[in-house]
Amino acid sequence: MNATLAIAGKEIREGLRNRWIVATTLLLGLLALTLSFLGSAPTGSTGARALDVMVVSLSSLTIFLIPLIALLLSHDAVVGEAERGTLLLLLSYPVARWQVILGKFLGHLVILAIATIIGYGAAGLALSFLSGDGFSDGWAAFGRMIANSIGLGAAFLAIGYAVSALARERGVAAGIAIGIWLLFALVYDMVLLGVLVVDQGAVITPPVLNALLLLNPADVYRLLNLAGSEGAALATGMAGLAADSALPAPVLVSAMIGWIVIPLALASMLFSRRQL
Amino acid sequence: MADLTVSLRGVSRHFGPQIAVEDVSFSLEPGQTVALVGHNGAGKTTLMKLMLGLIRPSGGTLSVLGEDPGSGFGARREIGFLPENVAFNPSLTARELLGFYARLKGARSEVGPLLAQVGLEEAANRRVGTYSKGMRQRLGLAQALLGRPRLLLLDEPTTGLDPSLRLSFYETIRTLGSKGATVLLSSHALGELEQRADRVLIMHRGRLLADGTIGELRRLAELPVRMRLRVNGSWPALEAALPPGTEVTRSDGIVDLACPAPRKMEVIRHLASDGTAVKDMEITPPSLDELYAHFLRGGGE
Repeated sequence: MNATLAIAGKEIREGLRNRWIVATTLLLGLLALTLSFLGSAPTGSTGARALDVMVVSLSSLTIFLIPLIALLLSHDAVVGEAERGTLLLLLSYPVARWQVILGKFLGHLVILAIATIIGYGAAGLALSFLSGDGFSDGWAAFGRMIANSIGLGAAFLAIGYAVSALARERGVAAGIAIGIWLLFALVYDMVLLGVLVVDQGAVITPPVLNALLLLNPADVYRLLNLAGSEGAALATGMAGLAADSALPAPVLVSAMIGWIVIPLALASMLFSRRQL
Repeated sequence: MADLTVSLRGVSRHFGPQIAVEDVSFSLEPGQTVALVGHNGAGKTTLMKLMLGLIRPSGGTLSVLGEDPGSGFGARREIGFLPENVAFNPSLTARELLGFYARLKGARSEVGPLLAQVGLEEAANRRVGTYSKGMRQRLGLAQALLGRPRLLLLDEPTTGLDPSLRLSFYETIRTLGSKGATVLLSSHALGELEQRADRVLIMHRGRLLADGTIGELRRLAELPVRMRLRVNGSWPALEAALPPGTEVTRSDGIVDLACPAPRKMEVIRHLASDGTAVKDMEITPPSLDELYAHFLRGGGE
């Protein structure tokens, strides 16, 4: 465990030193603020609180941004160290390869969590003061959204390590990572929507749809946020979908955990097989 | 045999069709300093990776510090490794990096003294990205020495070190050796290994060509001993009566002799028999470079 924590600590220190933490925090904070101020104008008639609206707009932002940041951090973890020549030395120490993966995961997760909590949190604070709602109960949903975002980031970190352990070159790892990002953040939902329209409920019954949604961590994240906030569901106009969805929160949480644990295990396995 | 530091029996390692190491057997004892010599791609680095358990042999068995290095990583706690072209994360300082590696080996108290030992005390809080190659190499040495290793695997350890650092490096190696640590070092600088290695392993295309002390290898190679003499006018008489098998090249006042090693004393006695003919004499036994070249040519059968 000590070795894992040592590796995690080193990753955090590097994140601080090369400004990763500062840059992502600023990026998330600025985008969150911009989005919420732009998006807070037309809220009057729906009865949604400012923070609820923000939960909705931020989840849309998160679905694109957090997986991208997570993959940027993680796709380089194994193959990058191998190419820079630092991996050989690290593995000559009494460290198991799964400890390397787990240590990097914990370190990167802390980096991501700091950026998300500070970036989104600051934007949320600013908004709730300016809108005059003060500390309303919208904060519970907002807090859950931040936790969900970190969970989504964790899933894509884990996917990134599997890519990194598999790829022979950094360029290849980056290419695969971008492909995975496009697939889960954009293509999957578009294709699913298209199929739903064509299918008209013949093959894709609600249980099948639920299963299909669980197969994309970005959709799991979306449903988790909706399940967590009535106000947010109201604001998206997706309250109907959330109510229809037979997926209770525990199932969604388990799915997200699965999206973290399985790729991590896969990454460890691929890394153990990797030739040096 | 349990106290052998390293023992390899018939170890082979293939990467697909490419043979990196083929049927290599040797063992290393505590306290030995052993030079691993060979051209690039001869299998030196592969041997070190095998001993670290980073790759598994395709055939044969090996044991390092009493364990099979592939079955666990416990033995690595007592191995220090310096890879060829050692690299570090450039954004961290030497103290941070050494602290990190020390933590992995449970040797955090050694960071300060080791930094001082390799002469990086003053630069310890600078980012490694600003370091020269020699400084990075010294940091590499410092990390290899963490945790008082019983086995040191050093791949080209003296590249980039200036002469005084080289000396202090070999001094360190000798101290460790006298405390019972086994040191295996590969190098291209054969000249500097000559005085320091108890034993030499010569690798060629994945095979172990020769294994022995420099003296033993010299006997095996049967290379001539060279002598350079300064002579006066009475030399030709001496030359005529030299023992058989001695080659002579002359150029005004300087004579170069090459004689078979077993005849060395005979030749010297002969040279000294005429009191004044030889004014000065230098004797050079075959160097490690010559031995290496000899074995590469197939002299070791």
